[in-house]
Amino acid sequence: MINLEKEKLLLLYKQMLSIRLFEDRIYHFFLQGIIPSTLHQYQGQEAIAVGVCTALNKDDFITSTHRPHGHAIAKGVPMKKITAELFGKVTGCCRAKGGSMHIGDYSIGMLPAIAIVGSGIPIATGVALAFKLKKTKQVVVSFFGDGASNQGSFHESLNMAAVYNLPVVYVCENNLYGASTHISKVMKLENIADRASAYGIPGIVADGMDVLEIYRVTNEAVERAREGGGPTLIECKTYRYSGHSRSDPAKYRPKEEVDFWKAKDPILQFRRKMFEMNILTQEEDEKIKSEVEKEVEVAINFAIESPLPSPETALEDVYA
Amino acid sequence: MPKLTIAEAIREALREEMMRDSSVFLIGEDIGIPGGWGGPFTVTQGLAEEFGHERVIDTPISETGIVGLAIGAAMMGFRPVAEVQYCDFLFCAMDQIANQAAKLRYMSGGQVKVPLVLRAPTGATGRGTQHAQSLEGLFIHIPGLKVVVPSTPYDAKGLLKSSIRDDNPVLFFEHKLLYGSRGARKERAGIEILGEVPEEDYTIPLGIADVKRVGKDITIVAKLLMLHRSLEAAEELSKEGIEVEVIDPRTLVPFDKETIINSVKKTNRLLIVDEGPKTGGWAAEVAAIIVEEAMDYLDAPVRRLCTYDVPIPFSPVLESYVIPSKERIIQAVKEMLM
Repeated sequence: MINLEKEKLLLLYKQMLSIRLFEDRIYHFFLQGIIPSTLHQYQGQEAIAVGVCTALNKDDFITSTHRPHGHAIAKGVPMKKITAELFGKVTGCCRAKGGSMHIGDYSIGMLPAIAIVGSGIPIATGVALAFKLKKTKQVVVSFFGDGASNQGSFHESLNMAAVYNLPVVYVCENNLYGASTHISKVMKLENIADRASAYGIPGIVADGMDVLEIYRVTNEAVERAREGGGPTLIECKTYRYSGHSRSDPAKYRPKEEVDFWKAKDPILQFRRKMFEMNILTQEEDEKIKSEVEKEVEVAINFAIESPLPSPETALEDVYA
Repeated sequence: MPKLTIAEAIREALREEMMRDSSVFLIGEDIGIPGGWGGPFTVTQGLAEEFGHERVIDTPISETGIVGLAIGAAMMGFRPVAEVQYCDFLFCAMDQIANQAAKLRYMSGGQVKVPLVLRAPTGATGRGTQHAQSLEGLFIHIPGLKVVVPSTPYDAKGLLKSSIRDDNPVLFFEHKLLYGSRGARKERAGIEILGEVPEEDYTIPLGIADVKRVGKDITIVAKLLMLHRSLEAAEELSKEGIEVEVIDPRTLVPFDKETIINSVKKTNRLLIVDEGPKTGGWAAEVAAIIVEEAMDYLDAPVRRLCTYDVPIPFSPVLESYVIPSKERIIQAVKEMLM
């Protein structure tokens, strides 16, 4: 576990906690009807966004999905800009034109999240093509879910990335459900990663609840891509604690299943490990938690106090 | 000034833009294969030899992938010119075109630009129903896209250069019967439209219609193959003393409605000829604009002459029946002047 310095380990922990507390807190504003529209939340999957993004450089890029809050926080999009976007305020990262499902900040290497399942995969592949043509040694990570791996766009993209040897890492977050449908109903394979062999690229199965494992396998894939070794498909086995969206009570999931996965909670698990290895003390833990809580409150207050966009700005940004 | 076909004029534009700007690259099926065709209609012949396979990228048969890769590269500062072999195949990539390319700038609040051109051969050419549609009108209904429809070699070169330099996704429709492709890829029913094309750099701004024939009795608005049929009809009608003004919109988005309104103010009659199906089509949009904005100048109802609302059939006798012919254009004009 300790190839990483203590500071970096604490940062992994803090980032996962940021995502968890952020998601929990904004859920209250959704329940109060203050956040317009629905939310697709990331609780349970934090180790993936954090482990993956920690393996990236600042100028590397990510593409995301309808469930982008965790990716955005992990890549470093300011929480204030994310929150304001969710609240439909003009200070949001997409000037209130995008909303929850299109969070993105080009300046920190996150393209606007793409909310059609599987549709971000070819676009990420095009970003990788640009990096290859420019010979910049940058890498792009394409986040998507288990459901997306059944889309044709997945097949076309992985094949093209393999043929052109592009610097892209495909990170499939297998949380077992596409909306309400269990993966076993829509796929015969045990592992989505096995599909990589169809394209002649490496496919890796990783424990999506273990941030260090995610960091390690991503790091290897990113380094391979950076050095011209081409794409990798990483499947992260994980679980979403909430329903598909916040309007989904998830009655299709047995309680035992939920309990099984919650027992492997990525944050509790990592905290326990750090306590055991004396990397984290009780006081440090309290301090980190209160820092994160404060950051979340600052972001929420910023969003609440920010102005709404003028209605006529809806007519802007159609064409460049 | 050299006389070129449309295929040659488009090739010239691609070559010049690739020389001028290293961020321009081509991506599509069968476009740079040695011993191949240079794309389905010979347009990219010789460009892979000149610019290399890093800038003339042959792809698998993966239209979603082609458009998706072009979008991703465009957002990172490139100016890809992607192509599909027949515009019917745009439907394979429809999500990337309509949900991604058209909306990424908007939904990012203006953070990103998607400067790409998507070339698509359009029109019926005896290949049966899935290689035959005229889809350009469909895309005007999707804000965020631009739609360009060149009908002469001069326009094709100047408009393609503007499209490549534009910072938005541009769908560039080329009519198969107007290419003037030669050799094995020659179209049997093709029209040979040679036109003078300057060798020096020039562009035609998007959004400016061109009056291709001046007249006083009636205005026809038509694009691509229907423009040329309308010009032939106008020539014949002129012998009977009927002077038709023929307007080529050249781009559907942005759309130069002023030129059409001004023409209607003069002729007081408007006929729109379109190879797309009639219902819910581009012709209906033009008619609506004129009814809204120039109704008082009309001496006769606006009329649309379009392809019948059927899929394009195979047998030449069936195909030519459903698409507006010169004879039907002449007949429509005469009825409107009665």
